[in-house]
Amino acid sequence: MSVFGIGFAAPWLLLGLLALPVIWLLLRAVPPTPRKQVFPAVTLLLGLEDKTAQADRTPWWLLLLRLLAVAALIVGFAGPVLNPDGQATKTGRLLVFVDDFWPAVSDWAQRIEAIETQLDNAQTAGRPVALVLASKTELSGVDQTVDWQAADIWKASLAGLRPVAWDAAYGTVEGWLLSDQATDVLWLSDGVKRDGRAELLSQFEQLGAVEVLEPPSARLGLLPAKLDGGDLVLSILRSRTGASADLTIEAIGPDPEGVERVLLSTPTQFNENADRVELRFTLPSELRNRITRIQITDHRAAGAVTLADDSLRRRRVALLNTVGEREGLELLSPLHYLREALATTAEIIELPTLSELIKASPDVVILPDVATFSDADRASLTGWIEQGGLLLRFAGPLLASADLGQGVTDDLLPVRLRAGGRVVGGAMSWGDPRALASFPESSPFFGLTVPDDVRVEAQILAEPGPDLADKTIATLSDGTPIVTRRAIGAGQVVLFHVSANAEWSSLPFSGLFVQMLERLAVSSQGAARDSVALEGTTWVATQVLDAFGQLSPQDAAAGVPGNMLVNPVGPSLAPGLYADGDRVQAVNVLRSDSTLERTDWPAHVTTSWQVDEKQQEFGPWLLAAALLLGALDVVLTLMLAGRLRPAARHAAMGAVAALALMTTTTSVEAQTDTDPNVLEAAGIVTLAHVLSGDADIDRIAQAGLKGLTDQLFMRSSVEPAPPVAVDIENSDLSVFPMLYWPLTDQTPIPSPDAIVRVKRYLAAGGLILFDTRDAGVGGNSSTSRRLRAVALPLGLPLLDQVPHDHVLTRSFYLLQEFPGRYRGPVWAEAPPPDAERAEGMPFRNLNDGVTPVIVGGNDWASAWAIRDDGRPMFPVGRGQAGERQREMAVRFGVNLVMHVLTGNYKSDQVHVPALLERLGE
Amino acid sequence: MTSQDASVMLRPRAEALGARLPPLLVAAQHLAQSIELGEHGRRQSGQGEAFWQYRRAQPGDPAHRIDWRRSARSDSHYVQEKEWQAAHSVQIWIDPAPSLAFASDPDLPQKRDQARLIGLALASLLLRGGERVGLLGGAQPPGRGRLALSRMADHMLNAGDDAKLSHAAAVPHARQIVFSDFLGSLDETRDFVLAAQGRGQKGVLFQLLDPMEEAFPFQGRVLFQDVSGVLTHDTREAADLRNRYLDRLARRKAELSDLAKRAGWRFHTYHTHQPPSSALLWLWNAIGGPAR
Repeated sequence: MSVFGIGFAAPWLLLGLLALPVIWLLLRAVPPTPRKQVFPAVTLLLGLEDKTAQADRTPWWLLLLRLLAVAALIVGFAGPVLNPDGQATKTGRLLVFVDDFWPAVSDWAQRIEAIETQLDNAQTAGRPVALVLASKTELSGVDQTVDWQAADIWKASLAGLRPVAWDAAYGTVEGWLLSDQATDVLWLSDGVKRDGRAELLSQFEQLGAVEVLEPPSARLGLLPAKLDGGDLVLSILRSRTGASADLTIEAIGPDPEGVERVLLSTPTQFNENADRVELRFTLPSELRNRITRIQITDHRAAGAVTLADDSLRRRRVALLNTVGEREGLELLSPLHYLREALATTAEIIELPTLSELIKASPDVVILPDVATFSDADRASLTGWIEQGGLLLRFAGPLLASADLGQGVTDDLLPVRLRAGGRVVGGAMSWGDPRALASFPESSPFFGLTVPDDVRVEAQILAEPGPDLADKTIATLSDGTPIVTRRAIGAGQVVLFHVSANAEWSSLPFSGLFVQMLERLAVSSQGAARDSVALEGTTWVATQVLDAFGQLSPQDAAAGVPGNMLVNPVGPSLAPGLYADGDRVQAVNVLRSDSTLERTDWPAHVTTSWQVDEKQQEFGPWLLAAALLLGALDVVLTLMLAGRLRPAARHAAMGAVAALALMTTTTSVEAQTDTDPNVLEAAGIVTLAHVLSGDADIDRIAQAGLKGLTDQLFMRSSVEPAPPVAVDIENSDLSVFPMLYWPLTDQTPIPSPDAIVRVKRYLAAGGLILFDTRDAGVGGNSSTSRRLRAVALPLGLPLLDQVPHDHVLTRSFYLLQEFPGRYRGPVWAEAPPPDAERAEGMPFRNLNDGVTPVIVGGNDWASAWAIRDDGRPMFPVGRGQAGERQREMAVRFGVNLVMHVLTGNYKSDQVHVPALLERLGE
Repeated sequence: MTSQDASVMLRPRAEALGARLPPLLVAAQHLAQSIELGEHGRRQSGQGEAFWQYRRAQPGDPAHRIDWRRSARSDSHYVQEKEWQAAHSVQIWIDPAPSLAFASDPDLPQKRDQARLIGLALASLLLRGGERVGLLGGAQPPGRGRLALSRMADHMLNAGDDAKLSHAAAVPHARQIVFSDFLGSLDETRDFVLAAQGRGQKGVLFQLLDPMEEAFPFQGRVLFQDVSGVLTHDTREAADLRNRYLDRLARRKAELSDLAKRAGWRFHTYHTHQPPSSALLWLWNAIGGPAR
C-alpha cells in the first residue's frame, strides 16, 4: 500500500489512528494529579479560595503533544517507507560487473553502496548473483569462472572489495560467460575510455538486459612532472570536458626538519571545455629537490598522484677549479668536458679551494687530477665522504707523477697506484690504443653498450693486489682497471684512471661518459630514464602507491629488472618508488603519454547514476520522535504541577534539547576556538605543565605548580596566574614562559607535528623542565629511556651538569644545589668550552641566554605540591632537614622562574661596578 | 515478645537516646562559648561573693561584719561590703506542637531541634553567669550548676514535650523564654503573656520559621498537609495563594510583635537556615539588656 509515495509495511496498524479522538476525550477528563506537600503553616492557608483554576484541566497544547506522540507511535510501527521500490520484480540471474581500476576510486564508497542496493533487491527477488571485477578479467582472461551465489553471500564480501592501483584494457569474456540462462548485467562503469569495452558490451547484450551505472563527474589525472629548463611542468587531465572547475595542486616533501609537509600549494582551473591544464612552476632547486610527490588536493586516486624521482632532482656537483679561467686553453682543461657532461643534468659549483667546496654541502665532489691535499682539507674531505659523499677523481699528469698511494693505501684513492703511468698507444709506444671491455654484471655500468670508438691511450695503473678485482668496476680490453671504486663510511671514492680531458683517451667525448656519470648518480637525466638507461639494472620497490593514492613503505620487496620499469603499471608492477643504490626511479600510474577520455557508449545504452535515491525507512525516526515527545510531555507535566524547581527546570529542558539533538542527524560543527587558558596565559605569566598521560602525575604537577605560584606570589614580584595543563599535541605553547614536563615510562612520544611545535617553542626562548622523578638515578631506567625518546627529536644542545657558577644558582636566591623531593644531579645546556673567568668577575660568563631545557629527576612538583588548604601534599625528607630541603626546592623553583623571565640579567649584574666606574670617569 | 526480647530492644534504644544527649549538650555549650560573658555584677553593694568596697562602720552594724584586718591599719572601723549579685531565674518553654517537627530540606535542622539547641545554649550561658534556669512545665524548678543543664537536656529529649504554656507552672519573677513557630492559635500565647505581665514577669517570644514557610515557593496544583496530616488544604494554583499567604504571615508577626511590645516583652523571628549564634546573641541581649 502506498500513500503519497510513502509505502507501509503494516498498513492495518494505521487503523489505530481512529482511536485518537477517544484518547483525546480520556485525557481531557483527567486533570493532573495534585502534589502532596507537608507544610506546617497550612493553618494560615485555611479559608483561602482559588481565584483561577488553570491546572484544572490538562491544557490543550499538552493534549495535542500527547496525541502527536501516540500518532507518531502508530505511524512509526506501521513501517513507512519512502521511495518504495516500484520496479517490477525481475527474475533470472544477475551479473554485476564492476570497473575497479583506479579511476573508480573517487566514488568507491557510492559504488559499494550501489552494489549493496542491487544485492538487496536481488536478495528479495531470490536471484542468483555473480560479482565480477574488471581487473580480474584482465588478469586471468578465459580461466575466469563465474561464481553464482546468493546475494547475501556477495554482500558479506563487499566490505573487502578494494580497487586496484592500475588501469588496463578489458579482458575477453567468451570463456566464462557462455550461458543459456537469461542473465541481466549491471555494469558499474568508471567512466573512462578503455580498450575492449565495445566487445564486452556486445557479449553482455547477448546474455540479457544491460544496465550501466556511471557517475557523471569527471575523473582527474596527473601526468608525471617534467623539467623544462629548470621549471617544473605539470599536466592535469580530466576525463570529460564541461564547465570550468577549480582544483588545487600540492607538492609534498620533507621540510628541513625532516617532517613531511605540503611544500607548495597552487590553485588552478580547467577552462570550459578544456580537458587539460598545464602548470609551470619556477622553483628554487633546494625546494624542488625536496618534492617527493605531487597530488591533486582532496582527490584521492592513484592517478591523481605523481611521484618525483631523480628526473626532477639535480644533484649538486662541486668541481675543484684550481686553474681559474684561462682563455685559449678551454679545450685542454679537464673541467671543460665535465662541465659539458653535467651542465644540463646537475647543479655545478666551481670553487678554487676544497674547504669552501665542502661547505657548499655538495652531493658529489669531482677532483680532476689533484694529487696532494693539505691536512685540513684531507680531514674535512674524509669526514664528508664518511657522511655519504661521493668523491670522483680523475687521473692526469699530476697524479701520475706524484709519488702517492704507492706502497700504502691513500684514504682518498680507491686503490694503490703504480708510479708513472702507462702509455698504450701513440707515437712513442708500440701498442695500439685500447678499447674498453664490456662491463661485468657486478659493475654499476652493466647494461651500457660500449661504443667502438672509445680509445684509451694512456692510463694510470693500479698496484695489483688481492682486492683489486673487487674494486674494479670497468676495465680495458686487456683487463687493466680503468674505473675503480672503494666505499668509505657511508660514501665512496671513485677513480677514473684516465684524465678528464681528451689527452689520454676519447672517453670524455663519448656518450658513454655521460651515461657512466649517470649510473654513478653523479648526474641525473633531465628526462625520465628510458629502457636503455635502465638496461641491466635491478630495482627494489621502497614505497608503494595504493589505489587511493596513499604511499606506504614497502619492506623486503623482490627486485625488478630495470627494463620492466618502463612498462605500464599492472598486476606485476605496482606503482611506487623503486631504488637502486642512491638512485630513485618513480613508477607512476599515468605516463607522460597517457590519456584520460570519457567512455563512448553506443547510442542505445543509457547510463544512470542513481545511487542516492534509495528507499528509506523512516519508521525509526517517527518512533524516536514519539520518544522525544514523551520526554517533553514528562517535563511539561512536571512543570505544570509545579514540581520542577528552577534549576531542575533548566536541566530538564537541557536534557530534552540534548535528546532532540541526538536524534536528529544534523551534525553541528563545533567552532574551534582558542583555548581560554591560552587567552588568559597570554595576558599574565602562567606556569604550565605538560600532560604526562597519568592522571595522578598530572594532579601532582598541577598542585606543585600551584604551590610554586603561591610561593612566587609571596616572595617575589612575579605574580603568576593559576597554573594550567597543556596538551603537547594541541595546545598553543607560545604563551607559556616555561613548561614543567613530568615523565613516566608511559608518557606518549609526541607526534612529529608536536615535535615541530615544541622545537619552535624552544627556539623562541621557551624552557622545558624535564622531570623523570626517579631521583636522577638515570642510567638505563625505563623513564630515562622514555626521556631520551621524547627529547631525541628535539635537537637539544649538549647538556652538562649545572656548574656551580651557572646563573641558575643566583638568579634570585644563592643556591648550591637544586633539590626537589630527592637530591639528584640536574642538567642544563653545557657551557661553551671556551668560557673563562674574566678578570674581576666572580663568575664565568657561561650562557648568553636561557638554557632551553633543564633535566633532572628530583620530583620537584611533589616538593612544591600543596593541598587545597595550603599545606604540603607530600613529606620531604625527615623533620627539620626535610623542611629545609623543601625550602631549597621552593627556592630552586623561584630561581628557575626568575631565570626564565630575566634570562642572563643576573649574569650581567656583575658588570655593574665596572659600568658605574666608567660612568664616573 | 518475651521480656528478654524487650530488654534486648530496650538497650539499643536507650543507647541511642543516651548518645544523642552529649552531642546536643556539647553543641549547645559550644554555641554558648561563642558569647563572651561580661561582668555580671550589679555594680552596687549587696549580697554577693565579690568584694565591692570598704566603708566606715556605722552604728548598728553588727560586730561580726567588721573587717578587723582593714580596721587594724587605721583608727576607725571598717566594714567590707560585697557586690550585690542577684541570681535571676529564667524559664524556657519549647512548643511541643507537631508543626515544629519540620524541615523543608534534609540539610536544614528541624525547627524543634534548633529551638532546643538555642535554648540549651542560652541555658548554658545563663548558668555560667550564675543564674537559675529551668524548663517551664519541667519537673524541676529553675536550678543552678551543670546538673541543671543536663537535667534540662535530659528532660527535653526523653520526657514528652507536652507541657502547656501555662502561667501556673511559671516561677514568680522568672523570665520566660517562649520558643514556638506561633503558627497555631495565638490565644494561649496571649493569655500567658498577659498573665505574666500582670505578675511582673518579663520575657521573650522567639519565633522559629522554616525558610519555606517564609518563601512559599509553590506552583500548580498542591495538596498542603500539616505535619500530623490532620489539616489539609487543596489548591489548584498555589502560586496564586502566595501573596495572600504572605499577608497573613506578616499580620501574624505584627500581632505577636504588638503583643510583646504591650507587655514589655521582646519578639524575634528566626529562620532555621540562619546561624544559631546570632539568634543566641540576640536572646542574650534581650534577657540581659533591660535588667542592667
